[in-house]
Amino acid sequence: MTEYHKVYGLGAQFASAAELMSAAETIRDAGFKSWDVHTPFPVHGMDKAMGLGKSWLSLPVLIGGTTGLITAVALECIPSFSIYPVIVHGKPIDWRTLPAFFPIMFELTILFSAFATVTSLLIMNGLPRWYHPVFNWERFSQVTDDGFFLVIEARDAKFNETKTRALLEEIGGKHVTLIHD
Amino acid sequence: MSQVLDDPASEVTLETPVDLRRIPLVANKRDLHWITEHVSRICEGPAPFWWWVCFLITSIVACIGLFCIGYQISNGVGTWGENHPAGWAWDITNFVFWIGIGHAGTLISAILFLCRQKWRTSINRAAEAMTLFAVVCAAIFPGIHVGRVWYAWFLAPVPNANGIWPNFRSPLLWDVFAVSTYFTVSVLFWYTGLVPDLGTLRDRAKSRAAKYLYGIFALGWRGSNRHWRHYELAYLILAGISTPLVLSVHSVVSFDFAASILPGWHTTIFPPYFVAGAIFGGFAMVLTILLPARYLVYPQLRDLVTVDHVDKMAKIILLTGSIVGYAYMMELFVAYYSGNKFECFTFFHARFNTDHSGWYQWAYWWMMFCNVVSPQIFWFKWARRNLIVVFIVCMFVNVGMWFERFVIIVTSLAQDFLPSSWGHYFPSWVEVWTFVGTFGIFLSLFLLFMRFLPMVAMSEVKIVTPEADPHAHGSGVGIDAHHPVEAASDSYKQSH
Repeated sequence: MTEYHKVYGLGAQFASAAELMSAAETIRDAGFKSWDVHTPFPVHGMDKAMGLGKSWLSLPVLIGGTTGLITAVALECIPSFSIYPVIVHGKPIDWRTLPAFFPIMFELTILFSAFATVTSLLIMNGLPRWYHPVFNWERFSQVTDDGFFLVIEARDAKFNETKTRALLEEIGGKHVTLIHD
Repeated sequence: MSQVLDDPASEVTLETPVDLRRIPLVANKRDLHWITEHVSRICEGPAPFWWWVCFLITSIVACIGLFCIGYQISNGVGTWGENHPAGWAWDITNFVFWIGIGHAGTLISAILFLCRQKWRTSINRAAEAMTLFAVVCAAIFPGIHVGRVWYAWFLAPVPNANGIWPNFRSPLLWDVFAVSTYFTVSVLFWYTGLVPDLGTLRDRAKSRAAKYLYGIFALGWRGSNRHWRHYELAYLILAGISTPLVLSVHSVVSFDFAASILPGWHTTIFPPYFVAGAIFGGFAMVLTILLPARYLVYPQLRDLVTVDHVDKMAKIILLTGSIVGYAYMMELFVAYYSGNKFECFTFFHARFNTDHSGWYQWAYWWMMFCNVVSPQIFWFKWARRNLIVVFIVCMFVNVGMWFERFVIIVTSLAQDFLPSSWGHYFPSWVEVWTFVGTFGIFLSLFLLFMRFLPMVAMSEVKIVTPEADPHAHGSGVGIDAHHPVEAASDSYKQSH
């Protein structure tokens, strides 16, 4: 059956986080672009080994938090100052009452930031994505246990089935397998 | 292997005296697969007999609580013992008690994360689950004590049936925002942490239904480093925003009291005092749940939740308990120093009971013993490492923290400014069983959590194993040679 499916890429398994990291450095230096490593836990230093910069997730969170703050200011000030001012304890109904609005401003800033964090995490990672070609590789289920994998995609310009396979084997990859879509 | 367990650099470590080496966080040098196997197995296979027995008991208790809630809703708040002047009593006591318990989970998952306390990894999942269930129990009380629950929507920031908006300057409305934000953010944080572990359960699942369900909630997680990169930052951000959040929640809860003018409530010390008390009571509850889970039913967790973990938590209980003790003393001092007759009456007569005029002094002294005296035994190392002693102290703290809220609320209300308006308070059976019922709800939810979700954050525990260090792994002796610069400068390793 598999020969009728498109080739997704070549996968290799490595014995440890350390071996995977040095393999990633080699692949990075070889100039590959469409490739990834898969690990059961985040390996510290792997971003550098893969040539990835710092995540820019903080930007949407800043936007989310600011939106939350503005929402709270609007939610508190518009009804309290214009729609239905309620005078309680003789307290003022203008800007002098703002300190009493701080707790809700704070809470909504946090709430919107948290939603922005999780939503942008999912969007930036392209999740949920229940089907992915790597799941067709049987060994790959070890990735959530103790398996360390490196997958080079066929769409990479430098991908060549024979040469890439040789490269992966040379840098210590075991069970080098062709993964189909 | 021993030099692997203690870095920074193996040459240095070999000369480090044995007693200065760091104790490994995962005992007995368990490897990655061992962690996966022993944590996942708890959720796999048929439920053990003890689980059914416990679940049956807790769900019966939960049903009694739900019945009492239904009875109270259909008959009105008159079924409770609250009446003028004690218009708040067990309901708000229970609310503050439960919401306080939740704080330990967020402290472990967020504040200890920011402080790089790596030992938190094996307990944070269970503690966060406890947070969620405690907040669920807490949220019941303000919901039903409004009396006519169908008007509970008046709490929402929308104009009510008469077109009147809620008063945004009221601490009670701040509380609605604080508690609902706290619950939502805790759920998001907890679920974000769960996704990689749900992937593990998905990959191990044998039955179709389990594969399908875990698969859906795992969102197709495949451990990609391009994902981990964003994931780690997201986790850091969630920890960063949860830290001020958790401090704000109990501060806002304390404003419910502090912003009033009642002696015993009108105190500026309340926010820090409440937060310390919340963490204190929460850690006691974490240990109350984890100790039996680890020692009685899941002995395989012993290498993950070690005696050192218990020791560290006992130290936090000692610290926060002493802060609470300081706050009690400071309240008394401020009452004395203020020279205000009503303040002095509340603290020295109604609570401290210098002249036998206090009605609830037994509750005050019981609170003092449980919260201030009993944790002092944790100054001794043998006590922190003796699990029976720790468990007994935690039970005292659980009781004491409930009494703290009872003392604050009821003694202040029952004997306030004018002796002619004083009134005794006694709980009705409905109140008592509603409170008991929330324990049933809490424990039932926790048992379901233990049964269906990994109670130890596997992917996080794996990070603290020596195998996870990409520079120091035994099989990678030659690896260090590849990047000598990182081996010396990597901050992750330095903090190990």
